[in-house]
Amino acid sequence: MRIVFKTNYMQDLRPWKDGYQLGLYLILLAVAAAAPWWLDDFYLGELTNVLIWAIAGLGLMILTGHTGQASLGHAAFLAVGCYANVVMIEAGVPFLVAFPVAGLLTGIVGATVAIPALRLHGIYLAIFTLALSVLMDDIIVLAEPITGGVAGKYLGGVEIFGHLVDRWATPSQFFWLVLAVAIIVTLGYINLLRSSLGRSFIAVRDSEVSAQAMGVDIARTKTISFALSCAVTGLAGALMGLFAGAFNNETFSVVISIQLLMMIVIGGLGSIHGAFLGAIVIGFLPQFLSISKEYAAALLGGNAVAIPGLEFGIFGMILIAFILFEPMGLYGRWLKIRTWFELFPFYRKDMFKRQKSYLKTERLR
Amino acid sequence: MDNAQLLISGLANGCVYGLIALGFVLIYKATEAVNFAQGDFMMLGAFVTIGLTNTEYMGLPFWLALPISLGIMGALGYLVDRLIIRRLFGESQTAVVILTIALGFVIRFAAGLIWGHEPQTLQNPLAGKDIRFGGLVLGMEDVAVIVVTVLLTWGLYVFFSKTKLGLAMQGASQNQLAAYYMGIPVKRVQGFIWALAGVVAGIAGILFAAKGSVDPTTGLLGIKAFAAAVIGGFGSLPGALAGGLIVGVIEPFASRYIAAGYSQIAPYALLLAVLIFRPHGLFSQVRVKKV
Repeated sequence: MRIVFKTNYMQDLRPWKDGYQLGLYLILLAVAAAAPWWLDDFYLGELTNVLIWAIAGLGLMILTGHTGQASLGHAAFLAVGCYANVVMIEAGVPFLVAFPVAGLLTGIVGATVAIPALRLHGIYLAIFTLALSVLMDDIIVLAEPITGGVAGKYLGGVEIFGHLVDRWATPSQFFWLVLAVAIIVTLGYINLLRSSLGRSFIAVRDSEVSAQAMGVDIARTKTISFALSCAVTGLAGALMGLFAGAFNNETFSVVISIQLLMMIVIGGLGSIHGAFLGAIVIGFLPQFLSISKEYAAALLGGNAVAIPGLEFGIFGMILIAFILFEPMGLYGRWLKIRTWFELFPFYRKDMFKRQKSYLKTERLR
Repeated sequence: MDNAQLLISGLANGCVYGLIALGFVLIYKATEAVNFAQGDFMMLGAFVTIGLTNTEYMGLPFWLALPISLGIMGALGYLVDRLIIRRLFGESQTAVVILTIALGFVIRFAAGLIWGHEPQTLQNPLAGKDIRFGGLVLGMEDVAVIVVTVLLTWGLYVFFSKTKLGLAMQGASQNQLAAYYMGIPVKRVQGFIWALAGVVAGIAGILFAAKGSVDPTTGLLGIKAFAAAVIGGFGSLPGALAGGLIVGVIEPFASRYIAAGYSQIAPYALLLAVLIFRPHGLFSQVRVKKV
């Protein structure tokens, strides 16, 4: 068991607990940054995809994991970010300007959406955002002069300081770009959670009434949470557009919204690690399935058969298993395992037990 | 005359939305949770009946297959509650929402595996017959849908407001702890309501499959039924039917009178408008408690 001995107030303020923890993350960062040398192009592309999903997951995590507002419509904000980025690049704006502005624009859209959404709770909010995501599909078709409608848009590589960054021509550069964005967003997220704003997010999630009693402005907090969440999601959308190369109204469908929410649930709601772990599951599940299908076919001596919808079926089953047996997600499981080792003989089964409560209606208040 | 024809077909479609919405409302009324898989339940009910009736499958007579498939759907609803939902007793409603979405994925996958992904129709005795009424031509299926839906809504409404079990269900949702004190077996009541929702989904599925074709993605219709339930106010059975009818009637009129591309937006735009201006629906049940 490791004991952190604090000798200095700065130790409480800095984002990492001790040198050991910082060292681990630096090693992870170094290994990740060196990925182009130890991975072939195909898996590097997959890893890039996972990182982009993780950024989107971080965006949704701010809103759902830390502010407790379930959103089933974040694909709409991915679309806003993606199209804003592409339209600006086509107008000749350099990528390094267009990219953050796309995030900013998505954040503004998110804050606007938050205004009517403030009055909605739980299930109603989920349905509101779901409808938003369905509508976005039609809006993209209707806004054809800007978005290209059903025909979609095509985007090649972008230039950063004269270097071409393209998914196919220069996959390592593209990977580093995505990694850099992921690191910046994660550091921002860690700092957000240490600030009073981040704490007020968590207060709103845990109990709106108590948060209000402690002087948290609920409406303001939720609006900022929406705006930040959408801004990060918009950045992920812009990267997703670059990664896909070609996209149209169906790229950011309602299914993507649902997948995004499921991803952070599998990873673990309310933790930064959860977004990354969930993205790994989502990103590698299709590959894993196709590999295991081939393996099973070889074992049984037949040909690999295509089963349509298999991916979503398995995905649904994994999710049901997680909600029933490990509601805290992969990160929660990891925490339990780590605590077991840290406290070795003293770990008890109910240490992570959650409080259950009797239900009361929302219709009478 | 054209408008009357549009109205009738809209009403028939609206009744199907209303039936799915009834399923949402049933579960919401008794457990405060929303079953996002209700549309997929409906699709499954349609396929179960197709599997029993259609000649290429088991080929049972329609009127024999009907009670069997409703029984299967009821049992399925009960099992879903017994094996999955009941474990979440006492946890947040968001967990149930996410769980039922995942359940929808699994049901869609299973249906695709068993019955394939081709659109299929139910072979039924009402197919192809119609009633002429003045200048109007009413398909028998449309008439059946409207009659069954109205009867079912009325029956469920009476059940909830008059019978002991119905009142027990309302009590169980309003305050679980108090319901326990009053001797209501909350968990058993919850299992019963899921079975009932399964049966309602089965009826909706049969009517839908008799009217048109179903394939495993038909369940996504559930999103439109959300619009119906929200417009109706999520806690009111007649409201769900009314919401379904509003959505169903708006659709054909919108596609006729509004430019293509804008028309399919109409139900969702209405949903958003209702959520923004009357967040608890047109038939709101929210009351402020007096101390």
